[in-house]
Order: sequence, then structure tokens, then C-alpha cells
Amino acid sequence: MSPPGMDPELLYRPQGTVDRDTALELYRQLVRMRRLEKRAYDLFMQNLVKGTSHLSLGMEAVAAGFGVAMRPEDYTFATYRGHAHTLARGTSMTKIMGELLGRDNGLMRGKGGSMHLTDVENGVMGSYAIVGAHLAIALGAGWSAQYKKEPRVAVAFFGDGATNIGTFHEALNFAVIWKLPVVFVCENNQYMEYTAIGAVTAVPRPAADRAAAYGLERIVIDGNDADAVYLTALEFLGRARDGGGPALIEAHTYRTGGHSRADPGKYKPETEVKEWADYDPIDVYRRRLRADGVDEKDLDAIDDEVQREVDEATEAAKAAPPPDPAVLMTNVWADGGSAWRN
Amino acid sequence: MAELTYRTAVARAIAQEMTRDPSVVFLGEDIGDAGGVFKATEGLFAQFGPDRVRDTPISEQAILGAAMGAAMTGLRPIAEVMFSDFFAVCWDMVANQIAKSRYMADGQVTFPLVIRSGNGGTLRFGAQHSQSVENWAMAVPGLKVVAPSNPVDVIGLFAAAVRDPDPVLFFEHKGLYASKADVPDGEIVDSLGTAKVLREGDDCTILALAAMVPRAVAAAARLSDQGIEATVVDIRSLVPLDTETILRETGRTGRIFTVEENPRLLGWGAELVSIIAEEGFWTLDGPIVRITSPHVPLPSADSLEDLAIPSVDRIVTTIHKAMNS
Repeated sequence: MSPPGMDPELLYRPQGTVDRDTALELYRQLVRMRRLEKRAYDLFMQNLVKGTSHLSLGMEAVAAGFGVAMRPEDYTFATYRGHAHTLARGTSMTKIMGELLGRDNGLMRGKGGSMHLTDVENGVMGSYAIVGAHLAIALGAGWSAQYKKEPRVAVAFFGDGATNIGTFHEALNFAVIWKLPVVFVCENNQYMEYTAIGAVTAVPRPAADRAAAYGLERIVIDGNDADAVYLTALEFLGRARDGGGPALIEAHTYRTGGHSRADPGKYKPETEVKEWADYDPIDVYRRRLRADGVDEKDLDAIDDEVQREVDEATEAAKAAPPPDPAVLMTNVWADGGSAWRN
Repeated sequence: MAELTYRTAVARAIAQEMTRDPSVVFLGEDIGDAGGVFKATEGLFAQFGPDRVRDTPISEQAILGAAMGAAMTGLRPIAEVMFSDFFAVCWDMVANQIAKSRYMADGQVTFPLVIRSGNGGTLRFGAQHSQSVENWAMAVPGLKVVAPSNPVDVIGLFAAAVRDPDPVLFFEHKGLYASKADVPDGEIVDSLGTAKVLREGDDCTILALAAMVPRAVAAAARLSDQGIEATVVDIRSLVPLDTETILRETGRTGRIFTVEENPRLLGWGAELVSIIAEEGFWTLDGPIVRITSPHVPLPSADSLEDLAIPSVDRIVTTIHKAMNS
């Protein structure tokens, strides 16, 4: 099977194979992301999560593949659609849920919210909600690793829409001329907010077709194939880690839902929705594992464990109080406070 | 002791901090071998090499993004934004990212970085290369804002900015680059958030910043000849703000004047005046007067630019009239 809307001949085929333990870990991460976000959606509908949220439903294989391939010392720079990418680095699901609900047990005690998940202890250097900004910020993390001669790589995830903003172009040029260990990962989910990306972009492949302008290879991968993502990630993380410089990878995938909580996604053609529903990354991966001889019961057991994790995270977040009012005035400055005068 | 220009003081300040701390790195356009378009970074490339003094493309968003990412992963970057007017093309990095990310992450990250920039007019560069934009920065929570008026403060405040664990916008005044002063030898380190009383007089208090400081001092000397003794306070740091010194020195005279290069609306003086009105109201002996540029873009022609920016003549005339009405 190959992804809808993509000539399989044009896909980048990474070398190597995925061992059984890694495959099961990828499966677990896919299910964790899916079930966390489905629960988050339900909680929105109950008005327990306020504001907005942007879900990665249908796109989980990109965050899972990279999350498993990255080393603990690597840096993640995510977007406002960053729940999955944060979870993938080992962040506690309870803390994520607490942040979504605006509770005191949240990852940032309710000061960031859904669009800004940050977990420095696990290498998540922030989720950025002004489109494209973090592509430039990731440069600095790569620079720092290069300057200190540390074997770390910064990975910046971004959507297809970000390829039309200035920071995308500034960051790619800058990363190449400084030969920085930064991997840029475009999640082409086919829609820039409410508009098909093809309708607003000069080239068919919004990231890959621009790569040549910065002297980079044209790489498009099947973003719904967790193995392909994982193996590609290993290759280019390794190259960047060894001083080989940046890479730009376009993952061809699909956003199952709308842009955000407010968007039912009715502009998407029914046939397209159906084609991609038949190419769901979790279904695809589960079928592959079954074909490779993994027992159905073992996969069901993973599903059940994840469901318990989601339920426990939900209950812990619901039970947690709102943030202590005192945190309103803390941590503007490094001294922990917010004083601007004597 | 040596006589240094404001421009040479900038290079000495950067060198002082880069020598002290190997995690201090410097990036910007033309800062390397070219020595900076204002020649304020001459010699640094030769002294510290291309790994620590790095030229960049004309990509202000990438420059500040790289500085931010480096600061959050253990370096102490100094970034140059050549003209402060260019903050308008990278304001997302300043106002949304650098200023807010520590708060949003509830303190998981710190941003020990300095953004230095050529600010202000008097060089006939016209409306897009002459603005005083320190009040833009002052309006955003999470930024510290400094604007030195002389070569000694350039070094001392710059050192304090580099050593500070928070993001500091360091506004160098382009019109002051050629000005000179005697500067002590050896390391100079000052403190942010401290205003300085440059002259004591009992009749009125003039609050000034950056290039308006030498003009306020010159005006005070002329006012003295006319029988008006003015105190002059160099504000130096807008965030943190030394309200203690400001309230003390304004309360002592009861007559207050600000001298601001910025256009009228919401200049830094407006905030200072509001603090004085709220907390020092009963010490006032007359109306507070703001002497600012008019609310127009800065024109290029020398005669027009001179009309716009507060001059020594305008400061003297305005204060004389207010004190005698």
C-alpha cells in the first residue's frame, strides 16, 4: 500500500530494518498519541479544556518515528500542534493532561496551555504558536551543540503552511551556511489551516521542492509509515550528529480532523477523507505487525495499558486544583519574580 | 585612564565579556572582519575568531532565533540588530518568543542574551534608520531595556547586561558613537536598574535618556546662567526602572521635565510621569512637562530633523517659560 496522492516512485526509501522491540515501541507511541488526543477532544466537548487545541490525529507516525529515533540529549522544537511530539520524548501524560485542563499539576502550571507544551528535562524545548518561529530558534540549539562540540541534534517539526513564511527560508539558508546539526521536518498534512496547501503554494511539494534552493536533497517520505519515518530519522539525525549538517524532510501525511477545535474540516473532499481513513497510520502499522507474526493479544495488551494510562492521567488532572494564584506573578525573570521597578 | 569614543567603548565592552566567559558568543550582519557598519566591533573578529564572532546573512529573524535557541541551551549570545528600526522585521522573536517563553514554561528555561542595536537620530538617515524605539521594548513584559549616554556607561551597563540571566535590549545611540570621555582602565561592571544623578539643582528636575542626556546637561548649564538650578537624572535603564531615584529627585524639586527623543505618544516619559503623578503627586509644585519629538516620522533634511528632536535651545526655552509662568 502507498499513501494517497503520492507516486510511490518518488518516495525516499531509507536503508535498514526495524527490530521487534523497536516496532512494539513505535506501536505503543502511536496508540498513546491517538488515545491521549481522542480523550483531549472529548474533554473539549465537555468544556473541561478551554481555549483552542490542534490535534495530530492521523499524523502520529511522524512524531512517533522521530521520537523513538531521537536520543535523550536531542532537542525537540514543536508547533502548537505539539501534544504528540511532546509525549514522544517521555513527558508524563498526566502533566500534559493537567496543562490542557489548566490545572496546578500541569507541565507549566497552566501558564502555557495546549499550544506551548515545554518539557526541558525531556528535551522538549517548547511548542511554538507563531508559525515558523521555532525553525529559527532551533538554529541556536544546533549552534550551541556545534560550539560546545556536543553530539546533539535539534529537530524542528512544522506544518506545510510554514513553508510559505519567511523564517522557513531564513532558517534553512542559515542552517546550511553554518552547517548546523538541525533536522527540519515538514509534516505535510495537505492543509494550511482551512485551505489546501496546493492552492497557495508555487510548487507541488511545499518543502521538498524548495530544498534545492538551499543546496539540500529533495526528501519526501511516507509520513503514515512509522518504520519509514523512524529509519529516515535515524539516518539524518546520525548525519547531523556527525557534523554532516542539516536536512529537510517532508513527511506526506493527512490531518484527519480540522485545523483546530473550532474547525469541523468540511472543506475536505469525501473521497480524500475516505482514502486516507483507509491508510490510517495505526491500522497500517498494526496490520504490518500482525503480518510479521506479532500476536493479536500482545497488541491488545498494549492498547489496554495505554487506555489505563490515559484514564489515570485524566482523573489526576480532573482532581487537581487550579493553579495557585501566586504563579501569575512568577517566572518572568530568572530570579523567579516579575518586578520591573525598585 | 584613556579617552575613548562611545563606539570604541562598545568594542571594549564586548571584548571584556568575551575574554571573561567563553560561553559568550557574538553574531550579526557585518560584525566580523568588516568591524560593523558603525565600526563599533572593530578588532573583535581578529581577537576571538570566527567561531565566536560570526557573520550572518541579512536574516534578522534567524539572527534573533539563533540567539534565543543558543541562550536556552547554555550559551550567552550577543546579537546585533544593525539599526533598531529593523526590530520591526523580527519583533516576533523579541516580543513573542524571547520575552514570553520563560513565563509560559513556568521557569524551565532562561534566556541570558543581549541584543544590541543602533538607535536614535541626528545622523540625517530619515524615517526608517533613525527611530528611538526603546519604548516599544519597554511595553513588553519579559524584556530588560538599557540605553547608555556615555562611554563609561556603555562598558559598565553592557557588562551588567551580558552577566544578567534575562534578555536585555541594549540601545546604543548612533548619534553618540563619536562622543568621547575618559574611561578608567581595567574591568568596568555597573548594575542594571540604576539611574544616575548627573547634576544637583533645587529648582527643577530633568529626566533624560541616551542622547538627550548631554543635551539636558548643556541646557542645565545655560539655565543656571539664567538663575534656574536644575537636577539632571540619566535614567539609563527603563526596565528595571529606578523609581526610587526618580521619585526622590523629582520630589526634592517639585518641578519635573522629561526630555525624550521618541515621538510624543507613549514615550517612556509618559510612564514615568504617570508613576510620579500617582506616587509623588503631593510633592509637585506645578505641571509636569514632557519635551519630546513631535508625533511625526523623522524627516531626513538636517534642518527638519533638528526641528524634530529636542535641542538644547528647546529644552532651555521650554523650562524657562514653564518656571516663569
